[in-house]
Amino acid sequence: MSKIHVTTTVNGDETEFLCDPRETLLDVLRDRLSLTGAKEGCGTGDCGACSVTLDGRLVCSCLVLGAEAEGKSIGTVEGIAQGEELDPLQEKFIEYAALQCGICTPGILVATKSLLEKNPDPSETEIRYWLAGNLCRCTGYDKIIRAVMDTAADLRKAS
Amino acid sequence: MKYHSPKSFEDAAAIAQNADGITRYLAGGTDVLVQLRADVVTPDDLIDIKKIDGVHDITETGDGWTIGVAVSGAEMSEHPALGMEWPGIVEAMDLIGSQQIQGRATLVGNLCNGSPAADSVPALVAAGASVTLTRTGGTRTVAVEDVPTGPGRTSLEKDEVVSAVNIPKQVENGGDAYLRFIPRTEMDIAVVGCGVNLRLDGDTITEARVSLGAVAPTVLLVEEAAKAIIGTTLDGGALEALASAASTACNPIDDKRGTIKFRTHVAGVLAKRAAKIAYDRAKGVK
Ligand SMILES: Cc1cc2nc3c(=O)[nH]c(=O)nc-3n(C[C@H](O)[C@H](O)[C@H](O)COP(=O)(O)OP(=O)(O)OC[C@H]3O[C@@H](n4cnc5c(N)ncnc54)[C@H](O)[C@@H]3O)c2cc1C
Ligand code: FES
Ligand code: FES
Repeated sequence: MSKIHVTTTVNGDETEFLCDPRETLLDVLRDRLSLTGAKEGCGTGDCGACSVTLDGRLVCSCLVLGAEAEGKSIGTVEGIAQGEELDPLQEKFIEYAALQCGICTPGILVATKSLLEKNPDPSETEIRYWLAGNLCRCTGYDKIIRAVMDTAADLRKAS
Repeated sequence: MKYHSPKSFEDAAAIAQNADGITRYLAGGTDVLVQLRADVVTPDDLIDIKKIDGVHDITETGDGWTIGVAVSGAEMSEHPALGMEWPGIVEAMDLIGSQQIQGRATLVGNLCNGSPAADSVPALVAAGASVTLTRTGGTRTVAVEDVPTGPGRTSLEKDEVVSAVNIPKQVENGGDAYLRFIPRTEMDIAVVGCGVNLRLDGDTITEARVSLGAVAPTVLLVEEAAKAIIGTTLDGGALEALASAASTACNPIDDKRGTIKFRTHVAGVLAKRAAKIAYDRAKGVK
């Protein structure tokens, strides 16, 4: 099968790769670009562990083809920290122990970062609905919600 | 599998016409990729329609709205005017999946996947929406209710592609609503869905369209249910007649989501609730 040549931007850097037409963006990120932050939980759009942004929109990378990334801008969890310096959201996840096994965490960070960019003052209900497509089998969600609400409060104070 | 990204609908149709295996169009991919990954459907030709000019636009025309075939649910919800005029359609689309799915899922994909439980379809049917189909050398317009012909099947010809969704202008004193029943609050498939669109003259309903999802092999336009409320003020008697007509129209399956008896009953309950919301909206009650 002939491979497709794709030029795209990942976390601000222009990148090229060759992929099979059936390969998903998640497979490309993990297996071709060595960005293993996005995880495969289900591969069918249900769990959100593979969440990334595509031209600024939150999507499941398991339901996007690598070929569709042509000319797009992709954001992954690897792009959230500034070098060694963690994002305030990441700091809060640690402070609140909002993760246990950590499989869901990259997806939840990408999803909540995208929520806070749109809505700096989300209610608890809004956060829970926004995260309906991000499953966590460990934390029971409560600590995640607290961490997000506290990050939002700090960001509002700072601005 | 060959991946194509044509620049026009005519080119897309020509690729489909010349294909000899399984063909799928790629809009948001939230059905196509799930089926591909599960080895349910592996297309020989996958035709991505998102690179065609104008497919991402929501346009207000003199007679209503044209929704591009790549417009996502999130884009519909963010539009400042569409949801004011057609809250039922926008809310129906917004029920689909999670935020991540909303970033990709489209009206046309929801319609052409052919699920009897597709959430946006009853709302489009109630609104009297249509789709434009393009093939090499021409186009035709088809009412949304005439697109699905059975689970996973549509009336589109092999060489036809949907090139636009057309929603009429909401009439003065008109209002629409869509409700679905699911056992959870998010991330589930409709057990029953119901769309209502109606017009008032004073307190009296003069026009109505009622549609049901997930209670038959295709989404239904239920004329008897509309007749039950036309000429009434949606009083208690009219609501009971509406519920009974909606339940009578049901021909559902028994499955893990709901029994035949449950679905038939809930269709009546949802029809009443959706009609009340549409009525209030037509009155301008927020
Ligand atoms: C986690 C999850 C949750 C979901 N929840 C819901 C839900 O609550 N309610 C619901 O109704 N659905 C739900 N779905 C199903 C799906 O998201 C919707 O049906 C969606 O609207 C499909 O749109 P799409 O653009 O992604 O379609 P695609 O997957 O791109 O296409 C679907 C079908 O439409 C055809 N098609 C696409 N574009 C065209 C065109 N221009 N012309 C002709 N044919 C075309 C394709 O060939 C394909 O057969 C869910 C899916 C997932 C993964
Ligand atoms: S792996 Fe993509 S949603 Fe689960
Ligand atoms: S921390 Fe284990 S799944 Fe969320």
